[in-house]
Amino acid sequence: MATIGTLSRQVATPLKAERHGDRSIASIAFLIALWVALAFAVVCLAVLLIDSFVKGLPRLDSNLLTRYSSQVIPESAGARAAILGSMWVIVTTAVLAIPLGVSAAIYLEEFANPRRWYNRLIEVNLQNLAAVPAIVYGMLTAGFALAVGLRRGIVLAAGIALALLILPVIIITTREALRAVPAEIRDGSLALGATPLQTVWRQTLPSAIPGIATGTILALSRALGEAAPLLLLGGLVFINYDPDGLFSGFTTLPIQIFDWTGRPEDAFKEVASATIIVLLVLLLAMNALAIIIRNRYQKRW
Amino acid sequence: MTSTILRRAALPAVLVLTLGLSACGGSNESGSEGDVSGEVLADGSSTVQPLTAAAGELFAEEEPGVNVSVGTAGTGGGFEVFCQGKTDISNASRPIEDEEAALCDKAGVEYTELQVATDALTVVVSAENDFITCLTTDELKTLWEPAAEGKITTWDQVNPDFPAEEISLFGAGTDSGTFDYFTDAINGEEGASRTDYNATEDDNVTVTGVSGSPTAIGYFGFSYFQENSDKLKAVEVDSGDGCVAPSPESAQDGTYTPLARPLFIYVNNKSAADKPYVKAFVDFYAEQNADIVAAAKFIPLNEEQSTELADTAESLG
Repeated sequence: MATIGTLSRQVATPLKAERHGDRSIASIAFLIALWVALAFAVVCLAVLLIDSFVKGLPRLDSNLLTRYSSQVIPESAGARAAILGSMWVIVTTAVLAIPLGVSAAIYLEEFANPRRWYNRLIEVNLQNLAAVPAIVYGMLTAGFALAVGLRRGIVLAAGIALALLILPVIIITTREALRAVPAEIRDGSLALGATPLQTVWRQTLPSAIPGIATGTILALSRALGEAAPLLLLGGLVFINYDPDGLFSGFTTLPIQIFDWTGRPEDAFKEVASATIIVLLVLLLAMNALAIIIRNRYQKRW
Repeated sequence: MTSTILRRAALPAVLVLTLGLSACGGSNESGSEGDVSGEVLADGSSTVQPLTAAAGELFAEEEPGVNVSVGTAGTGGGFEVFCQGKTDISNASRPIEDEEAALCDKAGVEYTELQVATDALTVVVSAENDFITCLTTDELKTLWEPAAEGKITTWDQVNPDFPAEEISLFGAGTDSGTFDYFTDAINGEEGASRTDYNATEDDNVTVTGVSGSPTAIGYFGFSYFQENSDKLKAVEVDSGDGCVAPSPESAQDGTYTPLARPLFIYVNNKSAADKPYVKAFVDFYAEQNADIVAAAKFIPLNEEQSTELADTAESLG
């Protein structure tokens, strides 16, 4: 099916290129190459999704949501601890990362003097930090936990690692959102006698919230899908109680999926597929929320 | 205007989320009706993890007040935190090494080793392979030793009776205890292996790879063979006394050498003495060992080993 779609596109593309007067063989070949690359990505994704759905659908039952993982009866294993663990970790991450990230962005965008060397240094480092592999943050947090004598495999440690991971993304998107607020708004506020702080708090920040919320939710959904840094931090794979606080042990959906897919029993592979569906639904819901917020509250100046 | 709406909507949303979470979090607390309560922390080998998880699960039916959590930092990673006194139990697919024992000594962590199950590292070929039924340990060494790298590429180089077909090799990743044990048993030195093979920490990759090619060979724990015995064939191993197939019996009576391996848990003596629930969990692990081993699909201990486990568990605490 996908191939037919791609072929018809390939026929259409050269025509389009022709309209723009560019009909060199090189450009047509390039366009075809682009379509093939795109089709490859889409087909791989479709195969993965279909595979997960076919394998996981029979296990999309109430056991999945209400029971813990089970070695004794793998057929009844559930992702309860992982779902709750993921929620605890993501909320902790949000609570740690959002105030820090938004404050840092406000400072950099509204108050920092870009000519000062230390502000430029911060700026360059932010860009670099956004590109650091996730596992490095896991190692950093593991080292931090060791230094302060904290147990590693707890919700708080996971929250710190993921907050560090998404902090640069939150700062960068918040800055973009603040930059999109027209200078006239600030000027008007200042002209009416508001202090710079009042201007930020009452005018700039509220206007930028839709953009900030969108960026933050997308960053959090990335954190939700991370397994590597949490595995390194000692995220658990078997846990038969609900996490109940910041110092509680935890597992998360990606960790649980990773563990189950590596097991010999077919029942674990099925429950892993079902859990992948749960994770996908959660991710799609978060992304949809981000889009809704953007569309509903976006201001046009 | 719109931002006010957003702010009004955001606060309840956050509240609902937090309340929902704390409600979920609290729902388990009514369960502490047993004699003891607390949390048993276990970490270490991912191979042994199903055993300790099964023990925790069965134990929870008797003592709902005790939580058992199991991580998979690997045998080495597990000992690292165990020797800092951060876990009560360390799962291990090989005995503790001298360097690791030194770490424990330095931190003043005393421990007890208990063998809780047996595993038979199984050499597998595809069910469609028609020329291999038995390999000697020497042939396995020829196949896997570091000197074979880039040189031993067709089956007739291993044994002239085999066809001149290309070998594709699947094996454990270098971080796993399985790799340590296999290289020690076959190549004579822990960690010494050729490196031009498909190394993976996920044994299901080996299952797929070997079952897909009649000339491929790989190795992993016995449970992965049992679950896939329709697609794979277990190779008999000859260590000098004839060909022996991996099976619960041959692993128990010691004839399946050198690839039958013991699986251990290490218990922190101080935890067992100070925390009654850790001691209770280890006792349970020993008493219900047969059920636990069956649930995790490993090979049960033989009589002698069972007695030893029971005696050692008793002496704890």
